[in-house]
Amino acid sequence: MVIENREALKKSREAFLAQIDHQTKKIYVCGGTGCVAGGSMEIYAKLKELIEAKGLTCQVELEKEEEGNHIGLKRSGCHGFCEMGPLLRIEPAKLLYLKVSLDDCEEIVEKSIVGDEVIERLIYSRDGITYPVQEEIPFYKNQKRIVLEDCGQIDAESIEEYIAYGGYSSLEKCLFDMTQDDIIKTIYDSNLRGRGGGGFPAGRKWTQVKAQKDPIKYVVCNGDEGDPGAFMDRSIMEGDPHKMLEGMMIAGYSSGAKEGYIYVRAEYPLAVQRLEKAIADCKRYGILGKNILGTDFEFDVHIVKGAGAFVCGEGSALTTSIEGDRGMPRVKPPRTVEHGLYGKPTLLNNVETFANVPIILQKGADWYKTIGPVKSPGTKAFALTGNIVNTGLIEVPMGTTLRHIIFDVGGGVRGGKKFKAVQIGGPSGACLTEEHLDLPLDFDSLKKAGAMIGSGGLVVMDEDTCMVEVARFFMNFTQNESCGKCVPCREGTRRMLEILERIVAGKGELSDLDMLEELADTITSTALCGLGKTAANPVVSTLKYFRDEYVEHIVDKHCRTKNCQALKKIYIEKYHCKGCSLCARVCPVDAISGKLKEPFEIDQSKCIKCGACMSSCKFKAIKED
Amino acid sequence: MNTMNNKKFMIIDGLPVAIEGEKNILDVIRKAGIDLPTLCYYSALSTYGACRMCVVEGKNGDIMASCSTPPRSGMEIKTNTPRLQKYRKMILELMLSDHCRECTTCEKNFDCKLQELAQRFGLKDVRFDQYSIDDTRDDSSPAIMRNPNKCIICGDCVRMCSEIQNVGAIDFAYRGSKMEVTTAFNMPISETNCVNCGQCAAICPTGAITIKNDLQPLWNDLHDNDTIVVAQIAPAVRVALGDEFGIPRGTNVMGKIVSALRRMGFDEVYDTATGADLTVIEEANELIGRLEKGENLPLFTSCCPAWFRYAEINHPELMDNVSSCKSPMEMFGSVLKERAKLNEKGKKPKKTKVVAIMPCTAKKYEIHREEFQYDGEPTIAHSITTIELANMIREAGLRFEDILPEAVDMPFGIASGAGVIFGVTGGVTEAVIRYVMGDEARDHLADISFTGVRGFEGLKEVKVPYKDRELSIAIVSGLKNAEKLIQAIQAGEVQYDFVEVMACEGGCIAGAGQPFVIGRAKPERSEGMYQADRMSNVKLSAENPVTDGLYANLLAGDKAHHLLHYK
Repeated sequence: MVIENREALKKSREAFLAQIDHQTKKIYVCGGTGCVAGGSMEIYAKLKELIEAKGLTCQVELEKEEEGNHIGLKRSGCHGFCEMGPLLRIEPAKLLYLKVSLDDCEEIVEKSIVGDEVIERLIYSRDGITYPVQEEIPFYKNQKRIVLEDCGQIDAESIEEYIAYGGYSSLEKCLFDMTQDDIIKTIYDSNLRGRGGGGFPAGRKWTQVKAQKDPIKYVVCNGDEGDPGAFMDRSIMEGDPHKMLEGMMIAGYSSGAKEGYIYVRAEYPLAVQRLEKAIADCKRYGILGKNILGTDFEFDVHIVKGAGAFVCGEGSALTTSIEGDRGMPRVKPPRTVEHGLYGKPTLLNNVETFANVPIILQKGADWYKTIGPVKSPGTKAFALTGNIVNTGLIEVPMGTTLRHIIFDVGGGVRGGKKFKAVQIGGPSGACLTEEHLDLPLDFDSLKKAGAMIGSGGLVVMDEDTCMVEVARFFMNFTQNESCGKCVPCREGTRRMLEILERIVAGKGELSDLDMLEELADTITSTALCGLGKTAANPVVSTLKYFRDEYVEHIVDKHCRTKNCQALKKIYIEKYHCKGCSLCARVCPVDAISGKLKEPFEIDQSKCIKCGACMSSCKFKAIKED
Repeated sequence: MNTMNNKKFMIIDGLPVAIEGEKNILDVIRKAGIDLPTLCYYSALSTYGACRMCVVEGKNGDIMASCSTPPRSGMEIKTNTPRLQKYRKMILELMLSDHCRECTTCEKNFDCKLQELAQRFGLKDVRFDQYSIDDTRDDSSPAIMRNPNKCIICGDCVRMCSEIQNVGAIDFAYRGSKMEVTTAFNMPISETNCVNCGQCAAICPTGAITIKNDLQPLWNDLHDNDTIVVAQIAPAVRVALGDEFGIPRGTNVMGKIVSALRRMGFDEVYDTATGADLTVIEEANELIGRLEKGENLPLFTSCCPAWFRYAEINHPELMDNVSSCKSPMEMFGSVLKERAKLNEKGKKPKKTKVVAIMPCTAKKYEIHREEFQYDGEPTIAHSITTIELANMIREAGLRFEDILPEAVDMPFGIASGAGVIFGVTGGVTEAVIRYVMGDEARDHLADISFTGVRGFEGLKEVKVPYKDRELSIAIVSGLKNAEKLIQAIQAGEVQYDFVEVMACEGGCIAGAGQPFVIGRAKPERSEGMYQADRMSNVKLSAENPVTDGLYANLLAGDKAHHLLHYK
């Protein structure tokens, strides 16, 4: 069972591939969290049952050799097109079926698996054009999937399939054909930058860890993805866990670490489960453990589940949390590379960064630099959410413009509404506007615009979004997630939130804006960690680009998007009111009064804006402003 | 510039300042005579970096916390720019907005670092609403009071408790603005593993943790004509009280204390050092006995109640090794109560209450322990700290600096120098060495003082000849140091006959009941102690005529063990 050397790996790969070649049809049922929630696992079971009922062999595990031809049925990782889930891909036709339900299964087996027909109603269509082939769908066609390449096109729970498609060949190359310095030089030359948000050059970090004299070192993978609406790392861990593991092993080999830790949120049970299986499978094949592939290299990986604190995504808080202590960032220096987990030199990168590593080593640094800007090359996965047609997980080259992402990949703003802003980089990021649509998305350009890529959350907002409320939302998040250690972040974010709450409640004053700016400046300049230093970004950017909305809330007590409940004004159009008194009777707070058959009036000081009167009025006399 | 004498320099506010191994630029800045404000930085503790008051501005306008930035040669920083002023004020304002600001009735009024900084930065207005004050005070402990409404979450107490004392009774709980310093499961502190050392209160910059104030019941007794109030003053108090009245550090003000106490209504005033002489005799004999039998070694001292509590909780297996002697305070208290009882006969009974004036907060806890009762009541009625004594003197309106010194009362008015030096780490050991060396000691006082018993190292090791062998002694102060030593002993790495443990680093002179000491005043106070020893005409506890008299009469027979030992 254990793959003992390079030759054995090659043989295993050939054997697994031969198995796959016998699969006349391959069905990939999306096993991402979104599709699982939509019932994809029931669909998987039903398909298996139906296929077997047809007398066909249904192969779910490659390890068991099946004779003759058969159907491969797989649970893949997230395909990314979450909006359209549950998703089903059928190869070799590359069909992508959308919004599949249990009721469709029989027809799918009949027509597309036994037969070769396409079920029109399950395929993507837009503007009258249908797209049976997944790769032709604009959502996919406009992406460049490198890291997510296998997500959705490989069985996420099968190490055999990963190996069959060339997995662990980068590790093999590193162990047999490269020195530690060669590997680090490749990463260095590739200009790969950390995908966790800061964009620190990975090669520099690796070099620094390698240079540490301590014989005990650690590799830590940051899977504590906490930005609201971000699920890139989750999808990688769920959809292609081995790619990330391979990256960690290469990091361990090149830096001299023998142990790795994956810090993953406990809210990602599926990711934990897939990682656990992946690690167990690696150990079974001798890809983790001692004498990996017959070499002297030994490496073991542990999973640590985080309790969900956002701040534990910060390096020093994360390592402290692994150690079992309260996760709080500590002062630096010393940095994690010299004094990280258990006080030892630690190579800490995030999931997406590690997932890039095997690809770079396979294809070389020069190839990698051809994608995106040379100083910030490669691709970036984004979680596309908000008021956008195609929500989901995407991957595009660095340097792609927001316009391309939102309109070409994302299909534009939902409901034909006007684009207003996009929040990039999560609660530490900023709101960018129409004027930034042609800004290339890479670490340096965004920094210049006062924003950051962050881990890759993109929340698209249409014209009906209140920007003050957006700022309040993110400030509420940051304030809740502040660890509480340093004064500016602990107290300052609370005060900023307080002011924003006041403004959306119609109780703001113009001087509040100065105070917001003063607080933002203090927090940004003096907070202890990255979370604190960037906590004010959503407020600063909305104040910069949407100041008039703030002023409207404060001076006119008006929210143009009618999002702010407290600022709504409900009034009775007296020419339309017949004086029937129905509204007064339904009003829960007795805010409406008047004489029968004469126009009624609403006492604004009592009105709680519940809207009960509006829906009760038969004459549409009650309006909202 | 950088090559000047091959020294490294950095530029602070335009002036070059040498870098001489400082671990952060804050230390360099302070060396340059600039008192940069901090609320969470103590060199004895780990760098926490939370208050952000010590920010400085770099050449490119970068803002950094000086406590956690290492100095680099050629670095240029400014400590007082408009931005920094603005930030510091804002940070103070933010802290004050979440801090109970009833300063006038606060235990720490005029002794509060937050108050001092608010003054210093001219903060006249807090622009934020005050957060509601909730009633979650914890007064369960006999030693300390906790008031979370005054906590600024600097974490000094947390680090003190775990890093120096290895206790960890308090830690952070909850996140963000709900963060608190509290006990596990919010239990009352008295139900935790707190050892009452009070160092958290000593280091607390505000009134969030304070020492329990026990003055009112004491005043009541002083004002009661039917109560005889007897005071005993611990050695370390005399070299620290002066700090509160502008008297040079380390000055021995024992005579003034005696005089002040009498003027405030104390009927009799004694020196706990006399009790310490009893302790030396009892403990040294206990040691000799154990050495002869070769059992329960090493002998651990028992005079520090915080250490005693620590051992009870964390090392029950060691309790047979801990001396059965009461502390000097309790020994002397028992003697005073016994004498009062004997004197009562035939007279109209008056109640005698013994008051201990201590550098210590754990003594407040010790007096309530069951072992230390006399006729069903605590032997010591009140234990007050040096700081409380200072407050009494102020309240009584006595001008301490003008008070003329007086001597303590007879018949217990003599203490040996050995008893006095109990107040500093190594003092108990030095006194015991003098005792076991007997007559020889008198001629070798200087030699003994140079064996390594003196000084402020966390762990000191001493070897002294005893009969035909050598006594191996360890002296530790600070419970973390004690724990390390215990681990080494239990691992068989080291072996000792006698171990002196004081919970506070430096011994009682740095007790939590003393004017705040961390990082300062220890050398002066310790010198004050040794000076008192030099000036004393009795150097050996065994030569104290008072102890001789006691053993001949009041402590005759098995009464010595009954009154002076807790088991």
